[in-house]
Amino acid sequence: MLGLSVDRLRADMNRLLALLFHQGVLDEQFLQLQQLQDESSPNFVSEVVNIYFHESEKLLRNLRALLVDKEFSDYKKMGVHLNQFMGSSSSIGAKRVRNVCVAFRAASDQNNRAGCLRALELLEYEYCYLKNKLHELFQIEQQRILAAAVRYPVQQHHHQQPNNP
Amino acid sequence: MTVEKIRGDNENSDNFPVGLRVLAVDDDPICLKLLETLLRKCQYHVTTTSQARMALKMLRENKDRFDLVISDVHMPDMDGFKLLELVGLEMDLPVIMLSANGDPKLVMKGVTHGACDYLVKPVRIEELRNIWQHVIRRKKFDSRNQNKSAEHVKSHHASREGHGSATMGNADQSGKFNRKRKDEEDESEDNGNESEDPATQKKPRVVWSIELHRKFVAAVNQLGIEKAVPKRILDLMNVEGLTRENVASHLQKYRLYLKRISSVATQQANMVAALGVKDSPFMRIGPFEGLGDFRTLAGPGRLANAGLSPYTTGGMLGRLNTPANVNLHNLTPPALLQPTHAQNITAIGEMHPILSPTNQSPSLFQGMPSSLELDQLQQNKCSTGIVNFNAVDDSRMYTASNAFTDTGTAIGSSTSIVNGIQGTPVMLHGNSQQTLSGGGFGCHSSHNMTSFSLESLTAGVNGSSNLLDPGSIESCKVQPNSVLSTDPFHSQLPLNGVRENNFSNGSYLHNNPVDISTTMALPFEDSREMQCQESLVGNVQNITQTPSQKWCEQGQNYSHSSKTTFGSSDSYIPANGAVSPLSRSMGQDSEIFNQKTGMFINSRSTGGASNLMQKNENEKLATESRARSNENFLLEQPKSRGFVPRSYDSLDAMMNAMIKREQDEAIPNCDFGFDDYSFGAAM
Repeated sequence: MLGLSVDRLRADMNRLLALLFHQGVLDEQFLQLQQLQDESSPNFVSEVVNIYFHESEKLLRNLRALLVDKEFSDYKKMGVHLNQFMGSSSSIGAKRVRNVCVAFRAASDQNNRAGCLRALELLEYEYCYLKNKLHELFQIEQQRILAAAVRYPVQQHHHQQPNNP
Repeated sequence: MTVEKIRGDNENSDNFPVGLRVLAVDDDPICLKLLETLLRKCQYHVTTTSQARMALKMLRENKDRFDLVISDVHMPDMDGFKLLELVGLEMDLPVIMLSANGDPKLVMKGVTHGACDYLVKPVRIEELRNIWQHVIRRKKFDSRNQNKSAEHVKSHHASREGHGSATMGNADQSGKFNRKRKDEEDESEDNGNESEDPATQKKPRVVWSIELHRKFVAAVNQLGIEKAVPKRILDLMNVEGLTRENVASHLQKYRLYLKRISSVATQQANMVAALGVKDSPFMRIGPFEGLGDFRTLAGPGRLANAGLSPYTTGGMLGRLNTPANVNLHNLTPPALLQPTHAQNITAIGEMHPILSPTNQSPSLFQGMPSSLELDQLQQNKCSTGIVNFNAVDDSRMYTASNAFTDTGTAIGSSTSIVNGIQGTPVMLHGNSQQTLSGGGFGCHSSHNMTSFSLESLTAGVNGSSNLLDPGSIESCKVQPNSVLSTDPFHSQLPLNGVRENNFSNGSYLHNNPVDISTTMALPFEDSREMQCQESLVGNVQNITQTPSQKWCEQGQNYSHSSKTTFGSSDSYIPANGAVSPLSRSMGQDSEIFNQKTGMFINSRSTGGASNLMQKNENEKLATESRARSNENFLLEQPKSRGFVPRSYDSLDAMMNAMIKREQDEAIPNCDFGFDDYSFGAAM
């Protein structure tokens, strides 16, 4: 039963990943991230992604703070945040988020505040979606590991039993 | 410092490129971490930092510690291009630029500033596997230099003894070279030039100290920029151990630099003209025009000359020429004042008369010739008091010249502003205005320093700054971005001190947001660490509490707990000595908690945003957004960004920044704090 759940969980994970790729939420850069995870850095992906979440939320807050100001004019500063967001999103493989950033940048270049606001909304939406999906992915991953780990005590138990008089 | 051989020999000669020592600089922690991991995968030695300042410090501490530098373009504390230039000038290491923005203009900028490569994020490992080629390439060139200089040095010694004519078995070129060198050797006075220590003559790099650069510039001036060929410069410079190749490469850099400032100068001349500078003072610049050499000096390349031609009317040419001229002259630090300010001051002295046209203070022109003379005098004196500047060399000289362009003229000072411009022409305009005001401030500061009587000038300068106030505020905003601090090394205090004062109030607030993104990470990191150290058991408690807190804090705690999760799993491992999956799973147990609460938090916080939507709706929206993005893509592409082609003189701004930073020592890590700025709730 446990073994089944491990396989099932792995299948779930793969299905979710496939869906995300299909939707364009993630691209092959994410795969590169996964490939970098190994024994020496077993939690690499989740570490990086967590840093990404932290940074992105900060950036999104900053962007929103800039844009809600009625006298907003500092497109350059916004561009700095945006640039960083774009860089980190593309490094994670967050394709859709990065695309929205590109559109956002276009609006910013045109000094189009309304366009920027719209782009920000979209960005926030895409980011939330990504975050949820990645959470889901990590959750499945951990359940799978848990399920795989729980096997061991059962096996040891079997071993020990014959020894006990 | 021991003369280490070419770096490659140190560690990895047989297994190159394994062990390549890379310094990675990027303010974005994600990219930095990713880069680090990728580079480690390539089996390089990686050192990372998120601060350009720190990177420079590390590089300066030990020039042979790294083989290669990879740097992001957009960084809050220092512009990547500035760092690039400095590293190229001071340490002569290959630098690879990195950016999310693959705009060809930026790439071009990288190239002109001397980057040996430009990578676009996301960086792939394949690209990183090849970066070692840049190290090899540079090494080969250097070793060729080194061999020739070693030969020359040997032949020097020989000829000194034997008084024979060249013929040390070298090529003709070096033969003639030696003959001349023999004569010059008799003086054999070194002027305390750090770089010319005979013991280090085998060193592959020549360190271009202030002294050396001063000689270089003097030689170039004497020959005339058009006619300045390395060999003749070398002869004029009369420095032991310097090779023609050293001079040649330095000349190349110098020409690039001049080209940059002169094209900026032409832009600034535009601005100045637009501002309706009075005409009569220009005529007084006649004396400068008479100096034929200077005309050519002002236009180091065809480019600059072409640029200058529109301005040949009236005194404009003289005006344009003189700053450049003065720049070149004023690279010599006057012995009058403290070394750090020296370059600044002469320039400023020179500049004042030029600035005054904007403010109608004719009497000040009298100061002009005298300041020129003073400069001549000072050229002969060497300020050996400049002590700690081993590493500064070129950059310092350049920054010096830039200093007065900044202070003195409307023309030069735009460069620093130009630096600040990452973006739009709009800002450029604002910046140019600031240039003048910056110049005004600079003059003001220099006033304090110099013995010139500049009261009227200052008044005039202030007048000009008043003129430009509307613009200056805006440019205040712009400048801090790129001009934020950096290296005390290049500080020229009074100039930037005043600048700083004037800008600090307006700009402080603007500083902060930019700072925040970097500095924020740090305090956060610390608190994260603290959380880690606090109890691991506390994990679960933290988590259960999070739902009650505001989203931002929740987000913070989320990351906190996830971090602590890792910490906890680590600590579990030794405790159990158990199978690692087991311990990990225990750690990750709480992780699941975290995630659950995280998701919970998400759904709460994102309110009107995606979370509550159905999946198909999501998809629809997603496709919609994709379409929109595509559309915007399309919108974006044909649009020309219309950036004014600006020559970007990072050195000036860099210098200004440093001074500014010195003044503004600790830009406090503004505790922006995770306030209750709910995500999506602010609409």
